[in-house]
Amino acid sequence: MQSQATYNYKVVRQFAVMTVIWGIVGMTVGVFIAAQLVWPELNVVEYLSYGRLRPLHTNAVIFAFGGCALFATSYYCVQRTSHVTLFAPALAAFTFWGWQVVIVLAALSLPLGFTQAKEYAELEWPIDILITLVWVSYAVVFFGTLVKRTVSHIYVANWFFGGFILTVAVLHLVNSAAIPVFAEGMLSPKSYSAYAGVQDAMIQWWYGHNAVGFFLTAGFLGMMYYFVPKQAGRPVYSYRLSVVHFWALIFTYMWAGPHHLHYTALPDWTQSVGMVFSLILLAPSWGGMINGIMTLSGAWHKLRDDPILKFMITSLSFYGMSTFEGPMMGIKTVNALSHYTDWTVGHVHSGALGWVAMISIGCIYYLLPRLFGKAEMASKKLIEVHFWIATIGIVLYIASMWIAGVMQGLMWRATNVDGTLTYSFVESVKATYPFWTIRLLGGVLFLSGMFIMAFNMFKTIAGGKSVNAPVLAAAGAH
Amino acid sequence: MSDFVSGFWNIFVAGTVLVSIVACVVLLWAQSSATHNPGSTTGHVWDEDLQEYSNPLPSWWRWLYYITCFYGLFYLVMYPGFGSFAGQFGWTSDGQYQNEMKKANEQYGPIFKKFLSQDVSAVAANPEAKEMGQRLFLTYCVQCHGADGKGSKGFPNLTDKDWLFGGTPEQIKESIINGRNAVMPAKGVKPDLTGDQIKDLSGYVRSLSGLSADSLRVQRGKELFGAACAACHGAEGKGMVGVAPNLADKVWLYSSSEESITETITKGRENRMPAFGEFLGEAKVHLLTAYVYGLGGGEPAAAAPAATVAPAAAAQAAPEPAAAKK
Repeated sequence: MQSQATYNYKVVRQFAVMTVIWGIVGMTVGVFIAAQLVWPELNVVEYLSYGRLRPLHTNAVIFAFGGCALFATSYYCVQRTSHVTLFAPALAAFTFWGWQVVIVLAALSLPLGFTQAKEYAELEWPIDILITLVWVSYAVVFFGTLVKRTVSHIYVANWFFGGFILTVAVLHLVNSAAIPVFAEGMLSPKSYSAYAGVQDAMIQWWYGHNAVGFFLTAGFLGMMYYFVPKQAGRPVYSYRLSVVHFWALIFTYMWAGPHHLHYTALPDWTQSVGMVFSLILLAPSWGGMINGIMTLSGAWHKLRDDPILKFMITSLSFYGMSTFEGPMMGIKTVNALSHYTDWTVGHVHSGALGWVAMISIGCIYYLLPRLFGKAEMASKKLIEVHFWIATIGIVLYIASMWIAGVMQGLMWRATNVDGTLTYSFVESVKATYPFWTIRLLGGVLFLSGMFIMAFNMFKTIAGGKSVNAPVLAAAGAH
Repeated sequence: MSDFVSGFWNIFVAGTVLVSIVACVVLLWAQSSATHNPGSTTGHVWDEDLQEYSNPLPSWWRWLYYITCFYGLFYLVMYPGFGSFAGQFGWTSDGQYQNEMKKANEQYGPIFKKFLSQDVSAVAANPEAKEMGQRLFLTYCVQCHGADGKGSKGFPNLTDKDWLFGGTPEQIKESIINGRNAVMPAKGVKPDLTGDQIKDLSGYVRSLSGLSADSLRVQRGKELFGAACAACHGAEGKGMVGVAPNLADKVWLYSSSEESITETITKGRENRMPAFGEFLGEAKVHLLTAYVYGLGGGEPAAAAPAATVAPAAAAQAAPEPAAAKK
């Protein structure tokens, strides 16, 4: 037994700890730009102005916080459900350090004003190349481990992780295609998109929506499929449901991008097709929610005193809510009201805070004690406190943005008896201030929860030591 | 529709969309017809205790899925989506816009038209027209000229008596309908100006409005002015309506600081008022003209041709507090 091979937990530990750190960094930037909307005087220098920090916030929470959580959980899950240690450990180590360099470069280049001006793909081409190298290494490690597996079937969580890794590679390569600028005989970090006009817009939102669909959904569903049954101690509700919703989800997501471009120069047929597939996407999305929540059926009592499970089940509820809201907002008639308003911001955050952050937080709480040789987190009570602070924060955030968004949409379309607009744009800005203040409060609460988590994490690490669990033999009859 | 460069893409798009939706239905149908053993697991175990139940798909969920797919097909029969097939409703986004505009014109057109036959100065004095004009102004003009019409750096004040392109009703209307383009070339008409000479000129230009400046520079600048600037701004710097701004009236479009004036001379300035005639139509432009005319700086409809200097020069005599602020 002593000489037995162990799982590679080192890279999982590194990513898990950085998830919490980058979560704090990314959300702090978020809280700061929310404050800039309430107090515009906070835009002091150009490097810290709203326009430059906003992409830093989105990149930090999606790719640094969310990305590290995905690396940590997928590396943990793929080893344990394949019953082998990670393939190519050196390459796995490279993905950790490479990804951290990407994040640091993003944190420097965005405030300095280097941007491709594509939402969620702002980073300039030299960083894009590094991302590509890290991502291909990630794919080699992940799929290499799957190939090495000693069980015949591939566990459902790995389908989702695998789909996410493959698709993000394709999305990144296609959307980031750009031509660098040669200035005065020198290659500059500035570049221009390889596409032009409405094609560029369509490719950007094909990317943008699938960044949500694969980075922020498929990957996190992978997390859900491993950690929810584990924490609940129950089998996944329905194998068949996971088959249908996996294929339907990854297939229909690919089509939904045009709903970001309703009533624009995009051809009518493209808009219709995007809207139709956004609607069809509702059921496949809900399949994941049902499978997660129903996994708990027969064990609901566990929710009462397990705060980790609370995080996971609440995340699934928010997932269900935002994947209902999404197809609704994809309908042209609804979109005509919601587009360009804070409703969109509220929708994104019910997904990003409610689903992505909460499932990640739950999974990291599950992982930390196991990675550092402890039975549980240093304080269960603090997890409970974190859960409630985070939940109240999210509710304040999304409720205020809903009201603000609908109000803005109605103000923008209100007309006088002579057909002129009732409100000028700046009046809608003024009317939004109270809601921006509530949103800021919600963000502050959510961020405070992350600080509690960091405290709990360091207490747990301080009392433990790094452990690598032995590789388990696959269970018999396959 | 001209969305496709060849007939192939039409078939490709229509076929792919149809096959894809049908594939979603077939996937669900095939999987829900598979055998299930509710309550028991599939028999696979991972990582000690990970298992999956062989439960069937919840039927409400199955129906939700089918309904969205069939609704999708129905929608694409009624609306454009299958390639260049226009859809049974014949709907287009452009058609929707044109329809709404037509309806709005029928409903609101007469409200605006009734002022068209009246003289601008009469409309400006009509309180109802003034209210309507203000609403138009707050929709289309505030972004640059501000809610009070006093403008800001680079955007002219419409309430003072300084008019770059004239303040008679005809001239104001012309500015709104066709827009205006203004270009001040870098270094005026003397491209070999040195940095020091530009500073001299800045000093002189400041002195024209009675602002403090180094007297030596003012002296040297005055000599340069004739060669570099007078062609447009006139020998005394009083400008010419429609050609170049008056530099001696204490009204500054880009601030009176030496730094700003130096920048203007060094790099030149380019500015543009967009044309609104086609977009707003005659009746609304008429109301807006009256509103702007009534903001305080309007000049009487001149008997003389629009480009005459006389009314502008007369207006410059009276200093304007709002203008001096700039």
